[in-house]
Amino acid sequence: MIQDWLSLLGSPNLRWVLLGTMFLGMASGIVGSFVLLRKESLVGEAMSHAALPGVCLGFLVAGRELPALMTGAAVFGLISLWGIRVIHRHSKLKQDTAIGLILSVFFGLGIVLLTMITNSPAGNKSGLDSYIFGQAASMVPSDVWMMSSIAILVTAAALLFFKEWKLVIFDPLFAGGLGWKTKTLNSVLSLSIVLIVTAGIQAVGIILMSALIITPAIAARYWTDRLGVMVILASVIGAFSGVTGTLISAVDGGIPTGPVVVLTATVIFFLSFLFAPKRGKLAQVLAHRQFRRRWKKQQALKALGSVPGTAASKYESWQKALGAKNNEAKKLWNWLKKNRYFM
Amino acid sequence: MTYEGWIIITGVLAGASCSIIGVLLVLRQTAMISDAISHTVILGLVSAFLLTGTLDSFTMLIGAAVAGLLTTIVIQLLKNSGVQSDAAIGVTFTAFFALGVFLISRYAGNVHLDVNHALMGNIAFVPFQTVTLFGVSIPQAFLFVSIVLLLNVAVITLLYKEWKLSTFDPALAVSLGIPAVFLHYLLMTMTSVTAVSSFDSVGAVLVVAFMIVPAASAYLWTRKLSFMFLYSVVFSAAACFSGYYAAKWLNVSISGSMAVMTGVIFLISFLFAGENGVITRSVRQKQHRNREWNRQPAFAPADGKREL
Amino acid sequence: MSDALDVQNITVAYQESTVLENADFSVPQGKLVGIVGPNGAGKSTLLKAVLDLVPKLHGRAVFFGEELKKVRSRIGYVPQRGEVDWDFPTSALDVVTMGRYGHVGLFRRPRKHDKEKAYECLKELGMEQYAKRQIRELSGGQQQRVFLARAMAQDASLYIMDEPFAGVDAKTERAIILLMQKWKQENKTIIVVHHDLQTAQEYFDWMILLNKHVVAQGPTEEVFTKEKLQETYGGQLAFLESSSSEKAGNPS
Repeated sequence: MIQDWLSLLGSPNLRWVLLGTMFLGMASGIVGSFVLLRKESLVGEAMSHAALPGVCLGFLVAGRELPALMTGAAVFGLISLWGIRVIHRHSKLKQDTAIGLILSVFFGLGIVLLTMITNSPAGNKSGLDSYIFGQAASMVPSDVWMMSSIAILVTAAALLFFKEWKLVIFDPLFAGGLGWKTKTLNSVLSLSIVLIVTAGIQAVGIILMSALIITPAIAARYWTDRLGVMVILASVIGAFSGVTGTLISAVDGGIPTGPVVVLTATVIFFLSFLFAPKRGKLAQVLAHRQFRRRWKKQQALKALGSVPGTAASKYESWQKALGAKNNEAKKLWNWLKKNRYFM
Repeated sequence: MTYEGWIIITGVLAGASCSIIGVLLVLRQTAMISDAISHTVILGLVSAFLLTGTLDSFTMLIGAAVAGLLTTIVIQLLKNSGVQSDAAIGVTFTAFFALGVFLISRYAGNVHLDVNHALMGNIAFVPFQTVTLFGVSIPQAFLFVSIVLLLNVAVITLLYKEWKLSTFDPALAVSLGIPAVFLHYLLMTMTSVTAVSSFDSVGAVLVVAFMIVPAASAYLWTRKLSFMFLYSVVFSAAACFSGYYAAKWLNVSISGSMAVMTGVIFLISFLFAGENGVITRSVRQKQHRNREWNRQPAFAPADGKREL
Repeated sequence: MSDALDVQNITVAYQESTVLENADFSVPQGKLVGIVGPNGAGKSTLLKAVLDLVPKLHGRAVFFGEELKKVRSRIGYVPQRGEVDWDFPTSALDVVTMGRYGHVGLFRRPRKHDKEKAYECLKELGMEQYAKRQIRELSGGQQQRVFLARAMAQDASLYIMDEPFAGVDAKTERAIILLMQKWKQENKTIIVVHHDLQTAQEYFDWMILLNKHVVAQGPTEEVFTKEKLQETYGGQLAFLESSSSEKAGNPS
């Protein structure tokens, strides 16, 4: 097994692909952090699904040329985003309905176009199916170049606009009051999401691309309350998932990359969800339990003070004052006794 | 019945059962649950196969329904633990879906568990898989879909006022003793059973479209809940007919084309639906403004100004 | 005669802090009760805890000497207006009819007399011409009156209202007061969460001052004193004083 891996790492193509998915994971973690705070986690889902008709149209127009496919995907990603906004703003439909609507209709359109392509003479060799589930290992150096440069571009944009995005998301009105062009800033963020989704679908696939945006960000959220730290953590988690996923799927050629990348990220999320200090489930349950216990003891003490008479005969009236059930009351009574709150 | 007839009727019934569930999902702001369930069904199918070793329809149905329900439970747990609602949905279904695809490619690669089929359905083959019931041979998918439709209609009409109140005002519903939590999980179960039953024939994509789009379109046309149910069924049926013939004409995927047609119906509703349509609304406002303008005297009297 | 509501030592906690601590009070039947206290005093939480809508850390509530489950149909809850989806496809009359659901029973449809009752309630609040309107098209005050009509249709013996006066017009405010007085005459009990000190004294004949715990309870003239308000509001009272000092300083 280890030898398999080592020999794989010797392959120059895989090294390229690894580098590419690492950048991709990093950039989507960063963008995802902002998306999460903008409460638009599922917008990425709509965008990536809407990319399918774009990819197909790109293919119909220019054949299997990556720039054409990606342009198509990006254009449709933007259209879907715009569609969601328009529906949300100009009707009483809620955001989640708008997302689901755009997603399913556009994906339906994509499938119509896909069957059109498969029925055409050039169809069999199109290989567009791999866009649905992603196949990083089959990427050629030029694909990797494209993906990496988009990822780096988006990362740079995030670094450049860090404080602007932060404020625009947190308090858009205040940002507007500062004279910032909030609309432009929001558009740049949206464009970054579209770009990263477009760049990622070839590697992890249309259906799972949204996970790469959501999962590392939400996992990172558990460890910190500061946006800067969160963005860094999310990018690390994303990069790690990207690399792990690519490696595993390269060892076992039968497994598409996307699922393994997503599963890695999900495991990290799950561990964070359970075990992160303070925000993690375990920490919260323990803290709440401790709080309850402390509070009950306080009550027991208070009740003791409110009841007159000697300790031994007090129990009944003490329990009544406390209003606790038998079992619980006994436990608390014993605790009082042990700590010599009465003789 | 003819080959075409079976396809369209199966589509219409699947559309009806999805869209009436969709009305409740849209109103409860849980539309994306249908998207989540349609993705995780894959995990259910492959798990059912790996556990039992059979590919028979009923086993698959149970496996998928369980996976769907499990999805909604996990989402609810995450939400209750303070994860943003949309992020909870996103994390859960992508994980389930990824696991499903992983299991297929790892352990079931040589079996006919076609992922494309799961996405796009196989409505063109519906008439060929038949069962014999009371001496009549009818397509199996048709049977499944009609049973589920009947179930849905029964559950919704029997508990109509409970659905209405617990959707509109959950706090009051609980204070009146209506079991809101039970209703939530009942709806989730119905969603997943409906998705699964329609899934084999029309595919995941169309299930999501049927659940969200007709209900969203109907929402724009009416102010009455009962009409919203009615319109969404009509819209999904219209999408089936037009989608089928469009697909036939262009020689493309039938379910994809039906999904696109739901979108066309929505677009028309969005632009022209009575007081909610974008175009009708602006026309009406313009008319109103013109009328106001004509009514106003050329010179506003002095006391008219004071009112402003 | 048992108390309409007997709250025994209710404590509610979120995470690691208590929002409501040992709230303990009782409300006799036929009173018009105001629950008054500063922002964040746990007023709405108290109502929700009493109605089992949020979990309690400790304590219980007894209605007319019974558990909540047994007397649900006798309790009318009017939630805050912001808590429902006003885009819901339904008319004003339909919302009022929802008040009858507790009487209609599982699986059954509301009958004709339920709808008639609902219409009468709308009429009594001067809303009959809006019966068929979609609820989004109503003004804030009209929406509140629809909610009140719904409570009325419920025909409860105890009404629990969460900030009914928030953001309503003068006409609606008057309608609410008249309705509450009518209920009181029918010997019904009304419990209202209220945040406006200026009006509290004239609206209610029984008062509960709340700031995480019950500071004072009883007839308004005994409770609405400067000292007790000071204790409830702490420093926040200073700017309220100028307007309410004459009233509070000299309880009539």
